[in-house]
Amino acid sequence: AGKGGEPLIYIMYNRTTNLLIRGALLFSVGVFLALVLNLLQVQRNVTLFPPDVISSIFSSAWWVPPCCGTASAMIGLLYPCIDSHLGEPHKFKREWSSVMRCVAVFVGINHASAKVDFANNVQLSLTLAALSVGLWWTFDRSRSGFGLGVSIALLATLATQLLVYNGVFQYTSPDFLYIRSWLPCIFFAGVITMGNIGRQLALYEYKFIQEKTHQD
Amino acid sequence: MTLREQLREKISAAFYRHGLLCASYPVPIILFTSASILTCCYPLLRLPLPGTGPVEFTTGVRDYSVPSHEPQGDLGERPDWYRGPPVAYIQQVLVKAAVSPWDSSLVTVDVFRSPLGRAFSLLEEIRNHVHSDSSGVRSLETLCLQVTDLFPGLRRMQSVLPEHGCLLVSPGNYWQNQRELFDSDPDLLKTIQKHEPQRPAHLDLLFGVPGKYTGVSHYNKKKVVTYTMTLVLSRYDARFLGSLRARLKQLHPSANCSLRDDHMVHVHFKEEIGIAELIPLVTTYIILFAYIYFSTRKIDMVKSKWGLALAAVVTVLSSLLMSVGLCTLFGLTPTLNGGEIFPYLVVVIGLENVLVLTKSVVSTPVDLEVKLRIAQGLSNESWSIMKNMATELCIILIGYFTLVPAIQEFCLFAVVGLVSDFFLQMFFFTTVLSIDIRRMELADLNRRLPAEAGLPPPKPGPLRTREAPPPPRPSPHTITLQTPAFRNLRLPKRLRVVYFLARTRLAQRIIMVGTVIWIGILVYTDPAGIRTYLAAQVSDQSPLGDPGGGGLPPHLGVAPVFRGGDPTSTLGINPAPAPTPIPDNQSQEAPPPSVPQITWGAEDEEGWRRLSFRHWPSLFSYYNITLAKRYISILPVIPVTVHLSPQEAIETRHPQDTKHPPPSIPKVAADIQTDLTLYKVAALGLAAGVLLVLLLFCLYRVLCPRNYGQNGVTHGRRRRGDLPCDDYGYSPPVSEISPLLLRGHSMDIECLASDGMLLASCCLAGQIRVWDAQTGDCLTVIPNHGGCWEQRDGWESVSGAAETECLGSEAHGSSISGDGLSEGEGYPLRRRTAPSRPTLFTDQPDLTPLIDTNFADQPPSHLCTPPREGFDFGGLVERAYMEHEPPSPSAYPSPSSASSSPPSGAHSVWAMELRGNLIAAGRSSGKLELWDAVEGSLRCINEDGVSGITALAFLNNRIVAARLNGSLDFFTVEINKPLGLLQYRGAPGRGSMPPSPCYSSEDVISCQLTRSVQCAHQKPITVLRAAAGRVVAGSQDHTVRVYRLEDSCCLFTLQGHSGGITAIYIDQTMVLASGGQDGAICLWDVLTGSRVSHVYGHRGDVTSLVCTTSCVISSGLDDLICIWDRSTGIKLYSIQQEVGCGASLGVISESLLVTGGQGCVSFWDLNFGDLLQTVYLGQSSDGQGVRQLLVLDNAAIICDFGSELSLVYVPSVLEKLD
Repeated sequence: AGKGGEPLIYIMYNRTTNLLIRGALLFSVGVFLALVLNLLQVQRNVTLFPPDVISSIFSSAWWVPPCCGTASAMIGLLYPCIDSHLGEPHKFKREWSSVMRCVAVFVGINHASAKVDFANNVQLSLTLAALSVGLWWTFDRSRSGFGLGVSIALLATLATQLLVYNGVFQYTSPDFLYIRSWLPCIFFAGVITMGNIGRQLALYEYKFIQEKTHQD
Repeated sequence: MTLREQLREKISAAFYRHGLLCASYPVPIILFTSASILTCCYPLLRLPLPGTGPVEFTTGVRDYSVPSHEPQGDLGERPDWYRGPPVAYIQQVLVKAAVSPWDSSLVTVDVFRSPLGRAFSLLEEIRNHVHSDSSGVRSLETLCLQVTDLFPGLRRMQSVLPEHGCLLVSPGNYWQNQRELFDSDPDLLKTIQKHEPQRPAHLDLLFGVPGKYTGVSHYNKKKVVTYTMTLVLSRYDARFLGSLRARLKQLHPSANCSLRDDHMVHVHFKEEIGIAELIPLVTTYIILFAYIYFSTRKIDMVKSKWGLALAAVVTVLSSLLMSVGLCTLFGLTPTLNGGEIFPYLVVVIGLENVLVLTKSVVSTPVDLEVKLRIAQGLSNESWSIMKNMATELCIILIGYFTLVPAIQEFCLFAVVGLVSDFFLQMFFFTTVLSIDIRRMELADLNRRLPAEAGLPPPKPGPLRTREAPPPPRPSPHTITLQTPAFRNLRLPKRLRVVYFLARTRLAQRIIMVGTVIWIGILVYTDPAGIRTYLAAQVSDQSPLGDPGGGGLPPHLGVAPVFRGGDPTSTLGINPAPAPTPIPDNQSQEAPPPSVPQITWGAEDEEGWRRLSFRHWPSLFSYYNITLAKRYISILPVIPVTVHLSPQEAIETRHPQDTKHPPPSIPKVAADIQTDLTLYKVAALGLAAGVLLVLLLFCLYRVLCPRNYGQNGVTHGRRRRGDLPCDDYGYSPPVSEISPLLLRGHSMDIECLASDGMLLASCCLAGQIRVWDAQTGDCLTVIPNHGGCWEQRDGWESVSGAAETECLGSEAHGSSISGDGLSEGEGYPLRRRTAPSRPTLFTDQPDLTPLIDTNFADQPPSHLCTPPREGFDFGGLVERAYMEHEPPSPSAYPSPSSASSSPPSGAHSVWAMELRGNLIAAGRSSGKLELWDAVEGSLRCINEDGVSGITALAFLNNRIVAARLNGSLDFFTVEINKPLGLLQYRGAPGRGSMPPSPCYSSEDVISCQLTRSVQCAHQKPITVLRAAAGRVVAGSQDHTVRVYRLEDSCCLFTLQGHSGGITAIYIDQTMVLASGGQDGAICLWDVLTGSRVSHVYGHRGDVTSLVCTTSCVISSGLDDLICIWDRSTGIKLYSIQQEVGCGASLGVISESLLVTGGQGCVSFWDLNFGDLLQTVYLGQSSDGQGVRQLLVLDNAAIICDFGSELSLVYVPSVLEKLD
């Protein structure tokens, strides 16, 4: 995830190209994570897709990875944008190793949600919520990040509710209306992670803009 | 002092002491640490290795009872999986059948047709067996494992595997257990091999023995057919099984069978990892590697980056191993999948502490002793380390109280891991770091010794202003001194890795050693029955051999305890089944010599061992029953021996059987078959190895940026706010380079000129200040206008024009601290030329005795490299003045030319040059003024031109002035000495460079316009450089003109740029480079005027150009610094700077480049484009950029910084880094 950042600087000459490249990178990261994490969920029969799809290579419906990719691209571009609009550039732990750590913790949270057997759902959800907030505190610590994370998580939860309501797919043991109650936590953690990656990628663009303004 | 502070101090002190300890005794501490790691990892040996097969546990049959679910205290060897009932009990009936005696009239098919046919009757027998006693009637139907549908994906297996009923597998399944189908089957082998490609083969599955032991082939030499009937029971009923066993033995006695039947083996299967589970696992590992890579990449400024990175990884990994080991020791056996939680543990424990420690130690002052550096670095970081540790422990504690078993276990591991990690950091890593730092010191010392050996200690003098310039620092070339080994280290990372691998053949060796160890362990622990396999191979060759009799090798887990002691005793207790066979009428005849021998060996006792260890899991998986993390119990086998008469064999023949062709190549085919599997395995292993190498290579390529120093690699200039590793709050050891700030100007610096010893600066206000380039003291202040001139007017009224020189020099000796050397030479000249002093100065001391005319004593020196043993004249003069009462004359400037009107200071200085002690200043009014730098007196003024002077060049005694209107004026500075002595300050220094004359105060200096080239250029001249007897002028009219300095003759007009010329470089070697607004850089041959190369490097103006012997360095408005090969004109690499970094460039030595930035200067390694160090000039980093930068010859650089000047000595840290 995010490995291609450095060499790509050469083509980041103009701003739209840069934006597109970042978007594409974030999209691919999102697709990749969606595939991998979905595999975790499908293994444990947390989510059920129609049976003919499950035999396919991606083990989930075709529309899931592109959706996740698009969402992650949007989030990853939105974060630096909001940062610059608020005028408070994100300075906390801006380095790739920290980003990697963040991604690893995010995968770990997913892992825990899929594989660890909890006594009840409330416990599971509370644990995951604590983990997600911990993730934010460890790697982000910005108010804008928290706000955006919470709002996007709520939106995504709503969207999932609607999807399940309309019977697109379903959860095996829903405990929060139609979905699992830990879903918002996962969304929140995902938003924080993608935002982190997006900000790190945006560092390159930031340098580029500085250069540009100087030329003008 | 609060408690917190007390605590903090105590922790800090403790860490300090610990650091001292570690650095003092590195070897014992490392030994101790390694020993403790090994001790803690020892329990790990008891854990099963990855790659080993299922684990076994053996119990007796007699007292067998289904184990309870609860762990029953300490049952010694009983493994913890042995709880609850097994998934199933496996009862195998091993049938060995042969047609005996063998008749030559029989064909090969007879070897197995009739023996296989017997299976159906046996099957009937088993199915119909009923045991009835007091507790009721039991048949197989009531006990067996009832299976339902096959797994949906296996529809084609339906024909051979039973559905909806007892799971009973036998070769009869091939023919749906119907004798009629068997009898009517024309080709048995074809039917059997129909399903062969499956893995594990159906043959194995149905026959219950590996395919080649069945004897079902045309090439069966032993003529014995072996197969099993596998009964899968869901309940264990000893009486039923006992009666079945007795019944079968009664029907088909095995004469010489001595198989034990009192042990059942419980086999526990691991969780199997499928592709679906592997992908997330691999992903987490990839993320982990990326994390480790990005973390260790930050380790910097140490001797061996790789070594330290390795040490960091070793620290983390061994702390994890230690934690697992310790947990195992205390009975916390991991139920979690170790491989899965491992990456998360690494991420939790992290490499951060290790990096923080390194940074902290590295940022301590380098001149301290290693011990103290380590101790200081540790104690600096102690508080944050402890705080982090406490926080992590708290988080883990919270996690522990979630009361989820999995999370609790994870937390427990993490706690132990954290503590052991802390231990290792403190002992192992700190010690390794101290060794590394010490190595660096040693290397540094070795390198520095020769450079410093010849240097006398610097003279400690309180009167720095008067004495000779202090011995120069080790010449700048020591900076570039690199040992060859060091040069290797600075190669691009990728190359370094490749070289390292190539040199040591590390990869091959590691892979080889790893493979050998792995194979060794596998053979030792024998997971897949390799030894059995080998034994079986051997026994195949010697039919009578019984090599497996020594017992199967002990298993890693729990098996050995039982297996070891048992064989003899059980054999003793249970002798062979009664040797009173019920005579079988078929086998009554005395066996002729050709009778196939049916032997029962120990390998038959547990014949299932020869099967693949995936045999049972796959059988059950067909019915969607998983054996992962569960166990099955395998009951002792029931041997059945069947002898068939040749007659029977012939009777059961199928008509087609005799038509089969006789075997043609029996031996070879069998060999090929066995060999083929070996080859397959080998090929598979090879492919896996190649794939692994490719994967690693790809990983490396993906992770490592491919271009080092190529276009666009951003070396982020670090600001004060976010220094390297900003989240740790460390700054590089800036204490090493403390820029000397020269304050005094009220406005921004406009011009800057230096000749190595003196430094002249001019601000926007027109004030010129002269500084000592060595010490940074302000020597002279020449205000733009005002007091100075009024004073001079006053003097004019008092003293005659003839005397003014004397006055001036007298004043300079006393009041103005100057360059000692030039001063010392100035005095004798003055004494000689003006023996009669004016009466005005009778109060001056007589300095005549101080005159030392023996100039031969002075070592040959040049203004660039002043003599080390300076002629300390200043001290003498000082003493003389101390005795005398020093007067306080302020300044005695005197105009030497006949100009009566004072020059108007309202015109600002546009250009300035400094040679010797003469400052040439070109003003916007077109006036050229010559000032005495030391005295601050105006020596000469020329007002021939009216157009503003935009650029000046001052070489030898010629001054070239470029004017705004494009004209070029050549002036000659003439020094009229009464005695005709022209003193040179020092002997000629570097090669052909002519010395600068020293102008003493009483010389009459006149500046005459020798030639004026009116229309040198069409447009204003932007840049003017002079060297090697040439003057080069670049103009906005896109051309460069080269003039000869001697006769102001225009030699060449160089055309090639498509924009105005912005930068020109020319040096003694006649290399001419020019850069223009079009971003192009041209290299010219000055001798012929031809263009050598023409390259485009910048988007925007070229702002600065410098050449070294091998390369050309250019900077442009696009904040790019490009380094070009001088001979070929190929761009070597470029450095992207931060925005607004200014365009100033300087080359300190062949490989050290200095650039100006926003409030800082940066040092770069020219060979590799690495940023060596950034020096901040002031407290506030923003706003003021360095626009001008001069490199002095004593390895100092001078740059403007707003209204201040900054003198930066190239620090010793750079020597270290190089």
